[in-house]
Amino acid sequence: MTEKLKTFYNKRKTIILLVLFAMAIALPFLIEKGSVMSLIVRIMFYIILASSLNIINGYSGQFNIGHAGFVLIGSYTLSILAQLGWPIWVLYILAGVVTSIIGLIIALPTLRLRGIYLALVTLGFSEILRLIALNWTGLTGGPMGIKGIPAPWFFGLRSTAPHNYYFIVLFFVIICLFTSYRVINSKVGRAWMSIREDDHAAMSLGVDIRKYKAINFMFGAFWAGVGGALMAPFYTFIDSSMFSLDEGFNILSMVIIGGQGTLIGPVVGSVVVNLTTEIFRFADEARLLIYAIMIMAMMWIRPQGLAGTSRSVIANRSLGKERGTFLKKLLKKKEVK
Amino acid sequence: MLKVDNLVVNYGYIQALRDVSLEIKENEIITLIGGNGAGKSSTLMAISNLVKKTSGTVTFDGRDISRMDPDKIVSLGIAHVPEGRNIFKKLSVEENLLIGTITNKKISKKEINDRVEEMFVIFPRLKERRKKSGGSLSGGEQQMLAIARGLMLKPRLLMMDEPSLGLAPIIVEEIFELMEDVKKSGMTILLIEQNAMLALNVADRGYVLQNGEIVLTGTGKELLDNPEVKKAYLGI
Repeated sequence: MTEKLKTFYNKRKTIILLVLFAMAIALPFLIEKGSVMSLIVRIMFYIILASSLNIINGYSGQFNIGHAGFVLIGSYTLSILAQLGWPIWVLYILAGVVTSIIGLIIALPTLRLRGIYLALVTLGFSEILRLIALNWTGLTGGPMGIKGIPAPWFFGLRSTAPHNYYFIVLFFVIICLFTSYRVINSKVGRAWMSIREDDHAAMSLGVDIRKYKAINFMFGAFWAGVGGALMAPFYTFIDSSMFSLDEGFNILSMVIIGGQGTLIGPVVGSVVVNLTTEIFRFADEARLLIYAIMIMAMMWIRPQGLAGTSRSVIANRSLGKERGTFLKKLLKKKEVK
Repeated sequence: MLKVDNLVVNYGYIQALRDVSLEIKENEIITLIGGNGAGKSSTLMAISNLVKKTSGTVTFDGRDISRMDPDKIVSLGIAHVPEGRNIFKKLSVEENLLIGTITNKKISKKEINDRVEEMFVIFPRLKERRKKSGGSLSGGEQQMLAIARGLMLKPRLLMMDEPSLGLAPIIVEEIFELMEDVKKSGMTILLIEQNAMLALNVADRGYVLQNGEIVLTGTGKELLDNPEVKKAYLGI
């Protein structure tokens, strides 16, 4: 199925992209309800955040579970400087730059780590940042957070309403996906994937692993920072509890459910996860249970994610078959009983 | 061209190489033969600086490369085709080849494409499968891909670690024929082989490694005729 979709897409690439773009532009004119629109805007935030995490986890195979830390930096950078009167449009980019510098600082001492060790460091880093934000009252407002973050001017309008803010986010989503696409199909992207596939082989071919891992972290952190910065003026209020580890896992679950190492995966993941949480809003805290079930179900049924191609993960396909027979055997046993 | 002097490599307290010295001249095929665990792969890894050397030096064109980063060594023109054909299984054949040129910063897109096409001329089978993922290739094709990936660099020295491992005899022959073509094009080859007979037949000179030491050296023919080599490695 995915194969057919792919050839269909490749044949009519420009038309499909234009239609999608037109649909994206028309969307806010078709939807009147503010609450629906703000859900859509939230989905788009997470498209940026999940895509940026996918760059790190999906393309270079590093395991970062402290992504919320990067989002926090972006968000606070914008909020603090916006209060000092800096122009918001500049701050969106500046927040990304600051975050990517922090990303480099985190990456440098951890370049030799991988797998679970790197995961632990990123987890610790994310919590440390949250605690700093919680306790450095002078800079971050501490537990009170930062209030009244102004939205940018956009065609002479203060764009706080979701219908207006949507366009700003759309702009960044498109740039994010486009730059990711370009980078992944370049020398740098191939270097990331070679590290993910087999770092020893990559090294023997002369891929400078440290350099490309550092670039990878910086690129991922940049977009996490921009995503975080975009959130602040929309919510007009941020505090440290918005960037807890739960948030990090939330982003991670979108990447896993959507499909790691594919460009479209995080988009699908963000839509699916956000809609599910919205649908199960009545269940309150028990919603988190649904996450867990979704992630486990995905790992069981479709480990390559919703958007992962079956072609690229042949190993998984054969595993799936085995799992199928395993299930059948299990069922048969029960019948005997 | 390449000189290794008194190389010592330890893995923990196990000595993998003790005092290995060898020399490779321009446009030669040199082979290292020896049993399992004799230190053949360790020698290659030490040359590309993928393992830590305890002592000893490696010089390439008179330049000391013993402490150089692996990627710098590759950019000098030493390509390493690792054991067990470490190709990137999820990437396509073409992408695998493209990664081969990554250390060459000055290379133009056109030049890269030309080289890819050149590889497809040498390995027509890879051309048929250019869009297929590396993992879907057969063992022989994977080995060809690994070699082609090494050749993409246009290296001056190509180091191959057991290219015949686990391949059907007919494909092994094909790969060895290819090696002679590569030599004709002016490249130098350092070859590690378990299949001593084949290796010594194509090699100009060979070294015999045993327990991390070089015990014998000579031209390919000399070693083939050596009674000890015959007994230990050729099974005659």
